[in-house]
Amino acid sequence: MSNYRVVIGLEIHLQLATRTKVFCGCSNEFGGEPNTHSCPVCLGMPGVLPVFNRQVLEYALRLARALSSNVSERCRFVRKNYFYPDLPKGYQISQFHECLAYGGAVEIDVAGTTKRIHLDRIQIEEDAGKSLHSEDSHMEDTLVDVNRCGTPLLEIISKPTPGSPDCVYDPSVYLNSPDEAITYWVKLRQLTRYLGISECNMEEGNMRADANISIWDEARGSFGTKTEIKNLNSFKFAHRALTQEIARHIEILSGGGKVKQETMLYDSATDTVAPMRSKEEAHDYRYFPEPDLVPVVITEELLAQVRKNVPELPDERRKRFVSQFGLTRDAADLLSAERALADYFEGVVKSGSEPRTAANWVMGDVLRETNARKVDVSIFPVSPARLAELIALVASGTINQNVAKDVFAVMVDSGKQASQIVEERGLAQISDESALEGVVAEVMGRFPGEVQRFRAGEVKLMGFFVGQVMKATKGRANPALVNDLVRKYLS
Amino acid sequence: MNNANFTAAALVPQILEGSVRATDVLDTVFATIREQEPRVHAFLQVTEDLARSQAEQVDRKIAEGKPVGPLAGIPIGIKDNLCVRGGRTTCASRILEPFVAPYDATVISRLRAADAVFVGKTNLDEFAMGSSTENSGFGATRNPIDLERVPGGSSGGSAAAIAAGMCVLALGSDTGGSIRQPASFCGIVGLKPTYSRVSRFGLVAFASSLDQIGPMAHTVRDAAMLLNVIAGADANDSTCSPDPVPNYVEGLEDGVRGLRLGVPREYFGEGLAPDIKSGLEKVIHRMEREGAELVDISLPHAPYAIGTYYLIATSEASANLARYDGVKYGFRAKDVKNLGEMYRRTRSEGFGPEVKRRILLGTYALSSGYYDQFYVKAQKVRTLISQDFESAFAKVDAILTPTTPDTAFKLGEKTSDPLQMYLVDIYTVSANLAGIPGISVPAGRDRSGLPFGMQVLGPKFGEPVVLRVARAVEMLRPGEAS
Repeated sequence: MSNYRVVIGLEIHLQLATRTKVFCGCSNEFGGEPNTHSCPVCLGMPGVLPVFNRQVLEYALRLARALSSNVSERCRFVRKNYFYPDLPKGYQISQFHECLAYGGAVEIDVAGTTKRIHLDRIQIEEDAGKSLHSEDSHMEDTLVDVNRCGTPLLEIISKPTPGSPDCVYDPSVYLNSPDEAITYWVKLRQLTRYLGISECNMEEGNMRADANISIWDEARGSFGTKTEIKNLNSFKFAHRALTQEIARHIEILSGGGKVKQETMLYDSATDTVAPMRSKEEAHDYRYFPEPDLVPVVITEELLAQVRKNVPELPDERRKRFVSQFGLTRDAADLLSAERALADYFEGVVKSGSEPRTAANWVMGDVLRETNARKVDVSIFPVSPARLAELIALVASGTINQNVAKDVFAVMVDSGKQASQIVEERGLAQISDESALEGVVAEVMGRFPGEVQRFRAGEVKLMGFFVGQVMKATKGRANPALVNDLVRKYLS
Repeated sequence: MNNANFTAAALVPQILEGSVRATDVLDTVFATIREQEPRVHAFLQVTEDLARSQAEQVDRKIAEGKPVGPLAGIPIGIKDNLCVRGGRTTCASRILEPFVAPYDATVISRLRAADAVFVGKTNLDEFAMGSSTENSGFGATRNPIDLERVPGGSSGGSAAAIAAGMCVLALGSDTGGSIRQPASFCGIVGLKPTYSRVSRFGLVAFASSLDQIGPMAHTVRDAAMLLNVIAGADANDSTCSPDPVPNYVEGLEDGVRGLRLGVPREYFGEGLAPDIKSGLEKVIHRMEREGAELVDISLPHAPYAIGTYYLIATSEASANLARYDGVKYGFRAKDVKNLGEMYRRTRSEGFGPEVKRRILLGTYALSSGYYDQFYVKAQKVRTLISQDFESAFAKVDAILTPTTPDTAFKLGEKTSDPLQMYLVDIYTVSANLAGIPGISVPAGRDRSGLPFGMQVLGPKFGEPVVLRVARAVEMLRPGEAS
């Protein structure tokens, strides 16, 4: 096995979450009754013309910026010609020669070290519709839903692109295993979510991938024949498909055979990879410049505008959480994974909480509640400022940690402020020594046997006494003070 | 009413002052249609009910003292590759026979706002592919001047309808000469504007980088009036120019004194009918006498225009016509067994032979292995042709050429030889490749009494000078039988 160097190239198709479609004013929302998000333009009716949605360009430029890709000063669209019922115009508007951006990289973590996966290019295109093949054997018709036609897509193509002449073997910049491929994909998903340009909902097909696989031929110094697996739509299936396809390549090569260049499909039902019917792949797309759209000129002003819309990215943020707030790497990782969570955490800190205390609250109670309720932290009923207020009440000794947990639960349910809950329910911590002295004396009076045993040397009963005092005060007593007073009483 | 008075320029003021009603004009038009249309077949559809209601609305507005648009009550013919909401738009093709557009082309919305009256949809070569209107899927149009002859094409229906008095104005579309050539054959005025001057939204595409909608009329002034209404930026067409639209009627009568007019030697050589050559030379000399400076110029890449045009136009057409697949609208072949057969039979049965020929040519030119050799090379030559014009317009204000090598030919004369048919456009295609404006204005008649036009070409957005020169030619009345 170790003699075979696996190279994987991924083409990720990312659906952008713009309000409207890429070339018309139709809603870009997912779903809807079939053929309700449609108009003469995305239906490809005679005489209509596409008009490029500038929001798509802005989103695409955000990603190019985040991936350090070189943005072209001018890009243009092409027509990719093929016949299919869910492609109303008979061609897809895409990019080919003059794409949006070239180069750039995605940094992934491989066994604790950072690997920069090089990108070939980023291009803009439109999605096709969906063909619904009836499962009812009595109905032979294929139905078409055009709602997805014209959904804006970014195609993010990693190197290598075997077959292109400048392609050299450099394992340090390519994806070399299914694990790396999935890590890359997950990372790209995280980035695009941070940028706010896609929902990245895998179930809704927001991110789909085509993968090409080849084995580097060390002896000949060239890439082996590549095969392509089309339309991978989940991390799990992609991993299985890649693993199987690589094994197939190696089996053929180790038996002295030759890999045939072909396009494969992964069937999740049978968990197998099999060639597409040759009819479906024999395309000559006859690309040529789209005459209905003018070239897109990308000005320095636009790029400056876009830079303002690119937030701090997860890697930078994670590092800052460690250096600025003294968080552990694991805590920083978890808190920076999603932009909304990181924003929430930083909101708590900005409202005055000690960062590590804030981190513990967010990673513990907040995440537990949001997960249990399946709500996004951005709409969580306890705002960062409110959580900070609760944390401040603990820090000032107004309430203790255990009471704080109860108050938090009430905050989540009622939406009330911590101070209001503490006041309404009389939860403020009792730190009045004279008041507590009376409680301690009363509790001790109820347990004369235990007091005797303690004095005989059974010191572990200390905890029992403190617990009883806390119980008598319904948890409101200042635990440190109770400790002191019990000790004093017994001494 | 005779033809000379049957112009928008003459009628609009009368309609506005109430001396003539829009419905009266329409009655005249329909009387002519009933007489002429059975012989000429200029229309694929006469929209009498729509026209009647539009004309009545104009009369009502005027009676009530309400404001009306600049083409109030003027009957107009609309080439049937322009979408009019709610009515059929067939492109003279079987494949679109049942198609009803749920939208107006931008030019149509503007005509509605201008209070024009829509007489009907005019005949054309299928998908505007042809030069004689014989390629119509619904029968050829005949030239009203000589019914044995073609009206030219592809806007032959629009040209014939005007020439026969069946409408006052008409819209055509011009991809390689389809407005100017039929204007020449029918003895009327036809203007192809600068590419991007008029929105293409709602014009069923033939070759997107060449197609342009333009006015057809009895007079240069009428053409300018119609251009005033249809030109200008459109949010639905991003290739449409945002440049402001001048008033094209202004300066029409300024004459040619002081203008430098280029005469390209390549356009007056072999292949040009002697009557046209001598006729045009006469007009050109009259221009000189009127005070124009004639400049001998060369457009060296002109001989490559036809070849270049047929590669680019067919390439674009092969993609533009892919949508007619039987899936969504229009014709679908019956009793098909599978998807492949549905595509094959729908397109085989739905398209006529010339359309199929061009789809095949274009598909071939774009194919892997041929793309660089054909499409890319054609684009390079296109650039050279544009540069020819740029150099020329550094020296001259406008260029004078023949519109066509010959006058109208007989029906069936060229149908068996597509290459002969393609050569009819030899003087007109360059303007489309270069994106510059060109007009055909009547410039004489040959010994058989058949009209021919003079083509006036201008630089991009040079419609004002083109119209002004054309008006000077028109003033000489060279097209009238002498």
